[in-house]
Amino acid sequence: MKQQPNKLNPFFENLNFERNDNTMVINFGPQHPSAHGQLRLVLELQGEQVVKAYPDIGYLHRGVEKMGENMIYNEFLPTTDRLDYIASTSNNYAFALAVERLLGIEDDVPRRAKVIRTMLLELNRIISHLFFLATHALDVGAMSIFLYAFREREFAMDLMEDYCGARLTHSAVRIGGVPLDLPNGWIASLTNFLNKLPEQIKLYEDLLTENRIWKMRLENVGVVSKEMAFDWACSGPMLRGSGIAYDIRKEEPYELYSELDFDIPVADTNDSYGRYRLYMEEMKESIKILRQLVSMYPKTEKKLMAHAPKYISAPKEEIMTQNYALMQHFVLVTQGMRPPKGTVYAPTESPKGELGFYIKSEGEPYAYRMKVRAPSFYHTGLLQDLLVGTYIADVVTIIGSTNIVFGEVDR
Amino acid sequence: MAQHQVNYASAGGLPVALTTADHLINWGRSNSLWPLTYGLACCAIEMMASGASRFDFDRMGVIFRASPRQADVMILAGTLTKKHAEFTRRLYDQMAEPKWVISMGSCANTGGMFNTYAIVQGVDRIVPVDIYLPGCAPRPETLQYAMMMLQKKIRRESANMNKNKKQRFI
Amino acid sequence: MRKYVPKDNVQKKAKYTDRYYVAPRVPRLEVEDELFAKVLENLAKDGVEVQDSFIEIDHLVIQIAPEDNVKTLTSLRDSSCFKTCAELSAVDYLAKDGEFEIFYLLLNHEKAKRVRVETRIKEGEAIESVEKVYRSANFAEREMFDMFGIVANNHSYMKRILMPDDWVGHPLLKTYPLQGDEAASWYEVDKIFGKEYRDVVGPELRDPARIDKYDTQRFARVGHEVPFGADPELVDKTETPIEDGYSKTILADYTKESKQLENRR
Repeated sequence: MKQQPNKLNPFFENLNFERNDNTMVINFGPQHPSAHGQLRLVLELQGEQVVKAYPDIGYLHRGVEKMGENMIYNEFLPTTDRLDYIASTSNNYAFALAVERLLGIEDDVPRRAKVIRTMLLELNRIISHLFFLATHALDVGAMSIFLYAFREREFAMDLMEDYCGARLTHSAVRIGGVPLDLPNGWIASLTNFLNKLPEQIKLYEDLLTENRIWKMRLENVGVVSKEMAFDWACSGPMLRGSGIAYDIRKEEPYELYSELDFDIPVADTNDSYGRYRLYMEEMKESIKILRQLVSMYPKTEKKLMAHAPKYISAPKEEIMTQNYALMQHFVLVTQGMRPPKGTVYAPTESPKGELGFYIKSEGEPYAYRMKVRAPSFYHTGLLQDLLVGTYIADVVTIIGSTNIVFGEVDR
Repeated sequence: MAQHQVNYASAGGLPVALTTADHLINWGRSNSLWPLTYGLACCAIEMMASGASRFDFDRMGVIFRASPRQADVMILAGTLTKKHAEFTRRLYDQMAEPKWVISMGSCANTGGMFNTYAIVQGVDRIVPVDIYLPGCAPRPETLQYAMMMLQKKIRRESANMNKNKKQRFI
Repeated sequence: MRKYVPKDNVQKKAKYTDRYYVAPRVPRLEVEDELFAKVLENLAKDGVEVQDSFIEIDHLVIQIAPEDNVKTLTSLRDSSCFKTCAELSAVDYLAKDGEFEIFYLLLNHEKAKRVRVETRIKEGEAIESVEKVYRSANFAEREMFDMFGIVANNHSYMKRILMPDDWVGHPLLKTYPLQGDEAASWYEVDKIFGKEYRDVVGPELRDPARIDKYDTQRFARVGHEVPFGADPELVDKTETPIEDGYSKTILADYTKESKQLENRR
C-alpha cells in the first residue's frame, strides 16, 4: 500500500542536538510502557547520570477549567471525576465541599450523608494507594504485586459499583449530600473486605519491605529535602515523606474527620522507601477509619441531602408529589442555582496530596473562574529538581514514587 | 449475546486440513493479537484492569507490547488531545502491517464529554479505526468483547491487507 | 440582521435573568483573628502597602498593588512563615474592568492558616515573577502565561506549558470560545497531513445531537422505529428511503393538496 504523504517532522524543535559538551539527549516520550500516562521527559545524560530534566506536560489538557465556566455547578460534577481518575470520589467531594462553603451550607449536610461521604473517601484512598503500589512495583520490576494489588482493587471497585453503579468514574457525591443511600448488604460486604485486606497488606509488606532488591532500588532515591518540599508546594505523602507532619484531615478538618480517631504516619528518611512505607501505613489507617464509620452508620437518621431550597432540589419523593418542589427542581436543573458573589478555596486531602478548588462566583449560574489546584502539577514540577544527579534507572522509580496522575496535571 | 458467540471450530478457529491459506493466516493473526500499550487517560485504567487478574486478557493470546514495531493492534484508550495527535499518527505509521485500531471509550470515539478547544473530536480524524467501543469508561469485559469482535472481523477479511476496504485517504 | 452577540465575553450566560435579582455577597469580615492581625503587622513592618484586607470564608485576603508582589510574598514567607505557595493564577476581568486579577494562595504549615494575595494588572502589562520566592511558581506562572497571556518578568523559562508550543491564542481568556477558534479546529490536520487534507478529513463534528439518517448500520433507524421486542427486519420490509420524521402539520407543503390546508383556507 502506498504510504500516504506525511508532513511530520521530528518533534524535537525545542531541543538542541548539536552540543559542545558530551551530554546525550533522551526523549522519554509521551507514550509510556509504564502506567503513568502522558509525561514527556527530555533528559540530558552525562553517561548514565541525569544532568538536566525537563518535564513536558499538556498532552492530556482537556480544558476542564474552561468547561467549568460554561456549565452549571451540578453539571460540572461528573467532569471533576476525570481529573484524578483513580480515586474519582475525592475530586467530586473536593468540588462539592468548595461549593458548599461558598453557599454556606457546609454544616447543614445531614449526618448520614457525612458518614457515607467519608466512607467513600476512605475507600477511594484505599483504591488509590493500591493502584500506586501496583504501578510502582510494576515499574521497578516486581510484576506479581501488580496482579495481587489489582485483585484487591477489584473487591473495592465492586463495592463502589454496588453503591453508585460505576467502577471508575463515580460521581457519587452531590452538592449538599449524597444522592443514594447504601444498598442492603453493603455494610456487610465492606466489613468482609476490611477483614480480608490487612492480611493482604501484610502479604505485600512481607514481599517488599525487607526485600534486598526493593530496598536497594528505593533507598536514597528521590530524596526530597524539607526546603524543597515547602518550596515546591508538595503536599500529601510527598510532604509527609519528608518529615513534615501536615495532613489536611487533621489540621483543617472537614466532614467527620474531627470526630474520628486516626494517626498520621510520617516518614523521616525523605526518600522513596520512606514514601512507600507511608502509603502502606496510610492504608492501614484508612481501614481503621472505615471500621469506626461502619459502627457510626446505623445511628444516623435517614436524610441524605441538605435542606437549602434556594440551591438544592428537594428529595425525589417530594419532587414527585409536591408542586413547588417540582417547579424549583425544574429551575435548578435547567437554569442552575445562583450562589452568592464571592471566592472560595477549599483544600482537601486527596490520596495524591492537597486537592483544592478555587471558585470565583459572580452570582451567575456559571462560575466566573474555576481553578483546580492539583497536587500532581506541582509534583511534576518537582521532577525538574529531583531528577538531577540520579541514574537513568532511578528516573522510573522516582516518577512512580511521586504518584502523579495526568488527568490532574493537565486538567 | 448468544448470536455473537464465537464458534472456534467452524469460524476459522481450528486449522482443519482442507482449509484455505486465508483461514489459516487469519486464525493465526486473530488468536494472538498483541496490542500496543496506548493508555492515555481513564480508559487506560480499565485497560490495565482487563489485563490484570480478574479479567485476564492473556487467555485470548493478548500480550501488551510497549513498542509499536512489535504490536498488531493499537487500542486507543482515553482522550486524544491536539498536542498528542501527531504522536498517535507517528506511532500508527511505525506499526507494521497487518495492523488494526480499536477506539476505546467515548473520548476516543468522538471526543466524548470534552467538547473543547484542545481535543481531537474523534480519533478517526487521525487513524483509520476498525472497532469503536462506547462507554465512559467501558468495563473490562466490554474491551474483551471488542477484542473478540475484532477477531471475528479479522477472520472474515482477506489475509492480503490491500484487499480490505478501509478508509483509503488516511 | 443577526443577533448582537458581544464578543468581549463569550462565556455562557444565563438565558433568563431576573431583573430585580440582586446577588447576595459572601460576608467579608474584619480582621479580628490574632494571627492574621499579626500577619498584617509584619507586612506593615516590612514596608508593604496593603490596599485592602478582610477575611472571607476563613482565609485572609490581602489586596496590593502589582509592583509590590515580590516584596509582599517575601515578607509573608520570611516574617510570617507562609512557606508554601499553594496556587497562583489569574482571573480575566477584561470585559468588565479591563484588568486581570492575579491571586496567590499561601499556606502556613505550623498554624494551618491560609492567605490569599490579590493584585490587579491592566491588559498588556506584565508582572514580576515570584519564582525566586517560591519555586512552585515556576510551573504556575508558565501556566498563567499559557492560559492568559500574562508574562512574568525574569522567569527562567517563560514558554507555553499545557498547549503546544505553536498554539495561537490564550485559551482561558473570555474572548476565546470554549470550542476553539478557526486556528484551533484545524490544528491537528494541518500539523499531520497538511492544509490540503482539510477537505479530505472534513470539519470537526461538534454537535452532540446530530443523528446520521443513513448511517451505515442503520443504528438510528430514524423514521422507521419498531415496537420494543419486535424484529426490525420483519416489520419493515420495504426499502423506502427514510423521510424526515417531522409531523405533517409542521412541514406543510403548500403546493400539495391537503384537507387540513383546505379547511384553513
